[in-house]
Amino acid sequence: MTNGKLINGKLINGKIVDFADVVIVYDNFPAIAGATFTVASGEIVLLQGPNGAGKTTLLRACAGLLPITRGTANVLGCDLRSDRFAVRSRVGLLGHANGLYQDLTVLENMLFWSRLVGATRSDIDQAMSAIGLASRLSQTRVAHLSAGQRRRCALATLIVRRAQLWLLDEPHAGLDAQGRDELDRTLRTARDSGATIIFASHEIERARSLATRSLTVAGGVVTST
Amino acid sequence: MNKISGVRRVVGAVLIKDLRIEVRSRVVTNQVLPFAGLIMIMFAFALDNDDVLQRVAGGLIWLATMFSLVVIVQRSFAIDTSDGALDLLRVAGVDLSAVFLGKAIALTMQLLVLDVVLVAAAFLLYQVQVSAVGFVLLVTCVIFATTGLGFVGTLYGGLTAGAKGRETLLPLLLLPVMAPVLIAATRATEAAFGSGGAVTSEGWAWVGLLAVFAAVFGLGGTLAFGPLIDE
Repeated sequence: MTNGKLINGKLINGKIVDFADVVIVYDNFPAIAGATFTVASGEIVLLQGPNGAGKTTLLRACAGLLPITRGTANVLGCDLRSDRFAVRSRVGLLGHANGLYQDLTVLENMLFWSRLVGATRSDIDQAMSAIGLASRLSQTRVAHLSAGQRRRCALATLIVRRAQLWLLDEPHAGLDAQGRDELDRTLRTARDSGATIIFASHEIERARSLATRSLTVAGGVVTST
Repeated sequence: MNKISGVRRVVGAVLIKDLRIEVRSRVVTNQVLPFAGLIMIMFAFALDNDDVLQRVAGGLIWLATMFSLVVIVQRSFAIDTSDGALDLLRVAGVDLSAVFLGKAIALTMQLLVLDVVLVAAAFLLYQVQVSAVGFVLLVTCVIFATTGLGFVGTLYGGLTAGAKGRETLLPLLLLPVMAPVLIAATRATEAAFGSGGAVTSEGWAWVGLLAVFAAVFGLGGTLAFGPLIDE
């Protein structure tokens, strides 16, 4: 009897991410030189390490954006070596950019992303409520929002897209203290709603208080901390 | 069936998004249209001869269209790359062929508006004339030419979207590829205007070439856009 659960018809043995001896060669450079780790459902995992260590590469690989050169890599039950495109619709990656359209309002941005994935208006309302985006902001153009509000709006699009694995690269960057607190609350709410989160951060103290576990990335090698 | 409705949904979302942003930012109406109009006026000053202007009006309309196209394409992809939305579309597993079609239709619609203004400017500035049959040829020519330009512009816009120096790279790549459209659309428009003794019936073969161009780049773009963006 295997312990696990079905996600989109695929059995996940409690492991949302399962990397074994993964090597990723990018522009003739081994950006990841041996990554072995797992992430279980519902975890919030911190990736820590110096600049250029491979944190962003690891997040992009988990999103199916980079080909795996060697090793075995499974995300949400999808084998990234045989079909890295299959996982994309089920993960949400947010880098330093928010992926929002500045000339559109918050609601129009949400409507755009919801149409792409076939989500309903009630999905949008739920996402905006969960993220704490007040209804008065829904008609505000993104260009007029603060950095924190934009970040929360971007996270709301991940909820609308029903992303099961959130991959966040420096989510606290550019936010003031209030924005960071709001973001942390948002991520905990998302975790409580069933999302699994992996995030890279340089703000170790704040990130550790948020994470349930941390991994250290150094020289392309991943170790548990 | 689900695949088709999914493609329709994405095409519609991208089309509405691009047009809504244009309506709100008014880049085409406030910047590109005056730019194209200025090209027409500057040519009128430079040539300063009604006979010559009437003879070359077709070419001037399409030259102004193509220069303006470069500006519109750069704007069209700038809105997707300025905050990383294009990258997120890839990550979201959205059908990029549908994104191509949505952006190409939005671009074609903007070009149609531009061409209506340019043709009107040609009537006003160059005093060209057109018969009823010539008008049908002109409308058909504009539809096929702008459709082809919409497809090729979107394809090359996507190709250069993430490249360094894309502002200069795009016209370098795009203008040579558009040469067949420039030639065919100019000949068809001259036939519609009856410039230099051209007969209207001579224009239909050129319209056929424009239709083939649109079909080739429509199909090629739909197939190639996803892999190009993904790389």
